Amino acid sequence: RHVRQRLRRSGGLARPLAPPTDNCPNGSSRPSHDSVEWEGRSLLKALIKKSALCGEQVHILGCEVSEEEFREGFDSNINSRLVYHDLFRDPLNWSETGETLPGGPLEALRALCRRTHPGPVTIALDSLSWLLLHLPCTTLCQTLHTLSHQDSCRGDSSPGEQVHVLGLLHEELHGPGPLGVLSSLAQTEVTLSGALGQASAHILYRRPQQRPTHQTQWFSILPDFSLELQGGPPLEPQPYPDPRVPSMDPTTHLTFNLRLSKKEREAKDSLTLPFQFSSEKQQALLCPGLGQATSHIFYEPDAYDDLDQEDPDDDLDV
Amino acid sequence: TARECGQLVFLEGLKSAVDVFFRPQEEPHPLQFLREANSGNLQPLYEFVQEALKPMDSGEAAWRCPVLLVDDLSVLLSLGVGAVAVLDFIHYCRATVCREWKGNVVALVHDSGDAEDEENDILLNGLGHQSHLILRAEGLATGFCKDVHGQLRILWRRPSEPTAQRDRSLTYQYKIQDKNVSFFAKGMSPAVL
Repeated sequence: RHVRQRLRRSGGLARPLAPPTDNCPNGSSRPSHDSVEWEGRSLLKALIKKSALCGEQVHILGCEVSEEEFREGFDSNINSRLVYHDLFRDPLNWSETGETLPGGPLEALRALCRRTHPGPVTIALDSLSWLLLHLPCTTLCQTLHTLSHQDSCRGDSSPGEQVHVLGLLHEELHGPGPLGVLSSLAQTEVTLSGALGQASAHILYRRPQQRPTHQTQWFSILPDFSLELQGGPPLEPQPYPDPRVPSMDPTTHLTFNLRLSKKEREAKDSLTLPFQFSSEKQQALLCPGLGQATSHIFYEPDAYDDLDQEDPDDDLDV
Repeated sequence: TARECGQLVFLEGLKSAVDVFFRPQEEPHPLQFLREANSGNLQPLYEFVQEALKPMDSGEAAWRCPVLLVDDLSVLLSLGVGAVAVLDFIHYCRATVCREWKGNVVALVHDSGDAEDEENDILLNGLGHQSHLILRAEGLATGFCKDVHGQLRILWRRPSEPTAQRDRSLTYQYKIQDKNVSFFAKGMSPAVL
């Protein structure tokens, strides 16, 4: 079963997945589609790590996991570059403690559009699915468009002032309409699936005035969220012993005997099978020994029998 | 006895649902959504959970990590609650029980299978995405069997733990007994060996 993940990302960032050319205009975005079986948060974190290592500031709008859980696995160098906007703890203001981000999810998203920090920045939305389930699709799309094009509005866009928007989308939760719309907003789509325990990413690049290109990349994510690219699809896995489960001998506690003792084996070998035609048997059949009763057939014809002594096969021309 | 000493708090949905109609409307009730015309939200239910599980700060030895068992979420859908509202409820339970109080939440959802139930699918998949561990219990593909009642597939979704890829998923078969369940590897039922 293929599960898909989409990551939304704007161009210009050194992509770990190495596209052929990198001339993306400012403000493009890339959604990443995932599924229950092939989760996409690890890939999102791996891409965030890459952005952070490039010196970018990363803003994360976190709706689905807590800040502690999201920062897990990153070292302090990376973590210092991440700004986590917490929409997880109280997104709908049920606690009424005043700790929640004012204005709810939409306002939080719009606030990201109004950033004043100079320099390239990556905005990660974890997740687009959560936003899509809680905000009207049109509002979300308009806000996303503003988010990725904020530099062009300013008028002083220099090549370094790029905004990269990364979004995590759980494909099974949405219908084709919203998926299509988000897809059209994106410059790159990464759909995750896998086989034999190995994850793969199907990447679709859309560049203006060019045909979209497809690429499939097998990869794995290391515990420190570094991305490791694999050459090709995985081979059939070699069976290897599972260290946790002690190998159980299935031949213990059986109700029947699987092995023979020496005496039993000898008795078995010396047994003649009833329908095995040996020379002794042949002799016994041909020459009935003395005292061996020969068999007789007694036949009493009744009134309806027609005894014909002629051989019925006489008229055959064989 | 666990109920008596406060270790177990049991909200009996059926009984409680009847109660909600015989109380004055101003009093908050966990199943308040039953009285509301539109699908509403499950905030009162969440507040009940919060109240029931919050660690006592009276100085005496509190119970250790709280566990919330929800049986089952598909019923809430049948009662008219929207899938997103149920997911929000579980979200808040996770934020409080798991993150704040370091406890665990276990929830049951039924898979509608071939019957195309969009709301249930959103709930099922949404819950899967919120989970660290998924246990899928299903019947055997070959049909009914007296000694093997079904198959359990365990899927780990916690990427931060450095587990090898092959440990992500395990499948066991099981037989349900009177007060117990016995598990065995596929094809290794004691009745077969």
